[in-house]
Amino acid sequence: MKHGCVKIFSFIVFVAVSACGKIVLAAEGEIADVPFFDSSKAWFGILLLIVCGSVVYFIEMARSGKDLKIRKIPGLEAIDEAVGRATEMGKSCLFVPGIQDINDIQTIAGLSVLSHVAGLVAQYDAHLEVPTSRSLVMSTARETVEAAYLSAGRPDAYNEDDIYYLTDEQFGYVAGVQGTMVREEPAACFYMGAFFAESLLLAETGNSIGAIQVAGTAMPSQLPFFVAACDFTLIGEEFFAASAYLSGEPHQIGSLKGQDVGKVIAAVLIVGGCILATLQQFSDSQVFDTAFSFFHDNILGNQGF
Amino acid sequence: MKQTVPFLIASIAGLLMIAANFFPFSQSWGEVTVKWFDILAAFAFIIGGGNLLKMNLQKVSERKAGWGFALVTVIAFLVTLFVGLGKVGTHPLADHPNHPWAAPYFQDGSSFWWVFNYVYLPLAATMFAMLAFYIASAAFRAFRAKNPEAIILLVVAFIILLGRTSAGLMLTDWIPDNTEWYSYLRAEKLTGVIMDVFNLAGNRAIMIGIALGVVSYSLKIVMGVDRSYLGSD
Repeated sequence: MKHGCVKIFSFIVFVAVSACGKIVLAAEGEIADVPFFDSSKAWFGILLLIVCGSVVYFIEMARSGKDLKIRKIPGLEAIDEAVGRATEMGKSCLFVPGIQDINDIQTIAGLSVLSHVAGLVAQYDAHLEVPTSRSLVMSTARETVEAAYLSAGRPDAYNEDDIYYLTDEQFGYVAGVQGTMVREEPAACFYMGAFFAESLLLAETGNSIGAIQVAGTAMPSQLPFFVAACDFTLIGEEFFAASAYLSGEPHQIGSLKGQDVGKVIAAVLIVGGCILATLQQFSDSQVFDTAFSFFHDNILGNQGF
Repeated sequence: MKQTVPFLIASIAGLLMIAANFFPFSQSWGEVTVKWFDILAAFAFIIGGGNLLKMNLQKVSERKAGWGFALVTVIAFLVTLFVGLGKVGTHPLADHPNHPWAAPYFQDGSSFWWVFNYVYLPLAATMFAMLAFYIASAAFRAFRAKNPEAIILLVVAFIILLGRTSAGLMLTDWIPDNTEWYSYLRAEKLTGVIMDVFNLAGNRAIMIGIALGVVSYSLKIVMGVDRSYLGSD
């Protein structure tokens, strides 16, 4: 076995029953030497470890009682206002958790916001509707909303039929949600999750019925649509910060501080890269050439160490 | 228990996916995890289909607002399910002439194929085409010159619109296309600079924020710091 490698044995076993009832077994396989660690991702691994390490560090720091301050996010502050407005108007709230399945991190982040929205709805005795485009999202959303109603002390007000499945098909789902919007005219619409071309179709319909709209997504191509059509939009990282921000739990807020370390690393890499690229362009020195190629091919590329 | 088991599944699956990215020998573990999810999602279709039928039949029987649409949904669902599962209209394959069920349900000319191509696709295309009108109405609101920022947005949007159409190219065609600075006043070059420099810089800033958000949020899920999406114990 080569140094730093592991052996992988992979076999396919064939089982057949002959005409006279005998069981015949055959196997075909191969043994391959594969490296234990993919060294082309070494620098990526180091950067990931630093970011994850700083997130864990700040979570622990917050747990130990250190007071951490975070900036206000208007989009999240507006959620209370939107649910309150819907309650005053005697209309419902509509929550759309995107069109991706539960294995998408944006859907999970959206469900965390749903937990907060459902808690407020239960507190204010308003009505919440959650149409989903995936069965697993429906099941998870039901659990989330039920738990929120329970924590708000209103388990009796929970109705699982308010969280329902429409269809997996993108435009079929949009048609269904638009129909609900136009018929029931919810006073508050929340779009939190992964969205594609349907983002503007939904947000413009919500705008036409005069609903207060709060959106959050990490799809850069859909952000301009939400910004144009919604009252408040959580842009990228704000959306992922939502659950920590809304929960107000110190250890969750600590994770946001950890993210800031990642931003500092990104800024250092960008500025350092710009300086190196400029020096390499204007200087004849071999040092800058070597430093730049190491930076470009090893740290940011896939050449490893 | 109701929270602990899903948390453990999420946590182990997350760790396996990370390991599969860095340790080649564990790559197949990540693939198996993804397959497990696919199997789970396939079973969940039954829950979704059942819920769809229940909700829409309820609407029809109680004559709620939009019950007619619910009726159309139920009929469409049952018809598609029947022609798909029953492989209605499929023809036996040349390799298996005595086994008509061997043909795929979406075979050219089958009923399911017909429903998909002549009912579903035109309806989906209609919905998608409506996007153009929604973009126009949203742009009308967004590009109102109310303050300096909105004026900048309006001017930039106008340049991009010009640069992406033949009208813009025709209007600035008289500017020489060379390496001089003024050649950048040509609509297509100006659009290119705005998209590749200013827009790209802003877009990358958002992408970096998103990537860090994903890392931090994934870590919270793997560590069980955020369990709000799991419901109650």
